[in-house]
Amino acid sequence: MATTTVTQEGDERLVEASLLKRLLSRPELGAAAGAILVWLIFAIVAPTGFLSLRGTASYLEVSAQLGILAVAVSLLMIAGEFDLSIGSLVGFAGATTAILASQYGVPLYLGAIVALVLSLAVGFLNGYMVIKTKLPSFIITLGSLFIIRGLTIGTTRLITGRTQIGGLDDYAGYDFMRVIFASDIPIAGVGFSISIFWWLLLGGIATWVLLRTQIGNWIFGSGGAPQAARQVGVPVDKVKTGLFMTTAFAAWLLATIQVITVKSADTLRGEQQEFFAIIAVVIGGTLLTGGYGSAIGAVLGALIFGMVKQGLVFAGVDADWFYVFMGAMLVIAVLVNNYIRRRAEAARK
Amino acid sequence: MSKNGNPIIEVRNITKYFGSVIALNGVSMAVRSGEVMCLLGDNGAGKSTLIKTLAGVHQQSEGEYFVEGQEVHFDSPRDALDHGIATVYQDLAMIPLMSISRNFFLGSEPTKGSGLFKRFDVKFADRVAKAEMAKMGIDIRDPSQPVGTLSGGERQSVAIARAVYFGAKVLILDEPTAALGVKQAGTVLRYIAQARARNLGVIFITHNPHHAYAVGDKFTILKRGRTFGTFTKDELSREEMVRMMSGADELDALSHELQEFEHADKLHGEGKMSEVDHALAASLEEGESLLNSKKEQ
Ligand SMILES: Nc1ncnc2c1ncn2[C@@H]1O[C@H](COP(=O)(O)OP(=O)(O)OP(=O)(O)O)[C@@H](O)[C@H]1O
Ligand SMILES: [Mg+2]
Repeated sequence: MATTTVTQEGDERLVEASLLKRLLSRPELGAAAGAILVWLIFAIVAPTGFLSLRGTASYLEVSAQLGILAVAVSLLMIAGEFDLSIGSLVGFAGATTAILASQYGVPLYLGAIVALVLSLAVGFLNGYMVIKTKLPSFIITLGSLFIIRGLTIGTTRLITGRTQIGGLDDYAGYDFMRVIFASDIPIAGVGFSISIFWWLLLGGIATWVLLRTQIGNWIFGSGGAPQAARQVGVPVDKVKTGLFMTTAFAAWLLATIQVITVKSADTLRGEQQEFFAIIAVVIGGTLLTGGYGSAIGAVLGALIFGMVKQGLVFAGVDADWFYVFMGAMLVIAVLVNNYIRRRAEAARK
Repeated sequence: MSKNGNPIIEVRNITKYFGSVIALNGVSMAVRSGEVMCLLGDNGAGKSTLIKTLAGVHQQSEGEYFVEGQEVHFDSPRDALDHGIATVYQDLAMIPLMSISRNFFLGSEPTKGSGLFKRFDVKFADRVAKAEMAKMGIDIRDPSQPVGTLSGGERQSVAIARAVYFGAKVLILDEPTAALGVKQAGTVLRYIAQARARNLGVIFITHNPHHAYAVGDKFTILKRGRTFGTFTKDELSREEMVRMMSGADELDALSHELQEFEHADKLHGEGKMSEVDHALAASLEEGESLLNSKKEQ
């Protein structure tokens, strides 16, 4: 046990050392390095497409679509839970909005609000079930993944006779919705999808909440040692339920962006996104066991995802290889994370 | 110091069932300011269950619970904390990967700003955590380092410092010295004495009779969910206490531990000895002679 008095000089040296160490012990360090590496690789092998503004806009849009989910998922995973139902929720929320508009003449923005309320209710139910049954959220939300997808396809087919609903731009409120969810923002003559700004906005808010608010501290505590957190008065159950609703919100946001952008809803939309979101979050340095991680990391993880996916296209590589790459990235990321965490724990003195 | 005043907390005939398990069966106990109450008893006697009830983690099945004379019903640990009852748990309530200062303030975060911009005051948290630990004689160089990097004794100190900082009137410690080396256990015992000097009521659970005798004013002995009664230091000799806590046969097992203590005593001898050290040393000598006399028999 150190009981020495610290001299002025000692203190100053400490400040320098700990700044560097703090940087090295940040969870998102690996993802930042990975993002730079991936960018450099594609900048070398496919410079014409990848480095162009248009190319940048295209991979950022792909990143944004996953990133919106990943940011919310990172908060939930730091709190120690999984949500596998978000992919199905994307299909559900989109179909709800489209059915309300096409079959019942509800303006799109009202339909979207109804879809939001229903999505939040599903998120709440996920959280409620996890807390009441004390079963792993992996199991509960795996159940909701299939239930929601099945309900969405079944109901949509029952009402419309099909599984896709198109021509949404003919319905009331489309133009207004387009401005918020599907417009392009021109930068140097190239349109950047507004989803990119949604993604960065969510990432910024999530980071601020995690690092600078009381709720952020509770999120870390709920995932790190729920019992211990409860004993010092953290409302762990409320925190977790709130975060299940946050992931549901993210699924709804992505669904709305997609539905308005492509002017149609497809009940199969969002498939596999739950896994890609987890991969992005893990690449971003969040531990699968909870209690440690970062929302910036999730933003970077999604950025890597988008760069690789579009980069392979620019490089003329067959898209099949994308899966191989993502799987490998996941495993490497977990190994790197474990290493960084050990460093963080050893960042003593 | 009002050792003879009214109890800060008191329980009467507390019973606690877990399904068909009777963990507590009619336990009564009281703690006053400036008093260290040792809760003694074998494994499974119900000590942790009793203090978890006091701390609002469990609700008693039957019986009454008074804080400063008022009957209370705690639904959550938060309620107990709000009444100034702070607990340091056996399974330490610390989150290893979170920083010292975040752990220190977990559940009671200092904030600045208001409304949407209300935020966790990180600088304040770091400063206070460092200062409070320094008051306990522990220099943490970097309050943002993970708690997982601290030693067992240092972690206990963070938990105790936290309780004292948040204005606890009663400090409940569940086996804080169990996992500690001799020197660190001594440090924790010193904090207990310090808390008593600040007029807190302390409930101290331990399996170590020497730790108990060194700082305890009163001793409540639990056995299979029942109390054997509460004794003051005058009423209960060390020998009796040891015999009540552990069968005489088990005394041999203490021998090794005692030798460790003697060694630590010599290490300590160089510095200035505090009251606790003296009590500790005296209790050790007594235990030693107790053992020797037993060996001779
Ligand atoms: N949540 C629970 N559910 C069921 N039984 C429990 C629960 N908590 C405690 N018990 C039982 O109650 C009894 C008392 O346990 P408790 O933890 O209070 O003992 P203890 O005196 O603290 O023991 P130790 O010295 O080993 O810490 C034990 O028989 C235990 O199995
Ligand atoms: Mg116990």
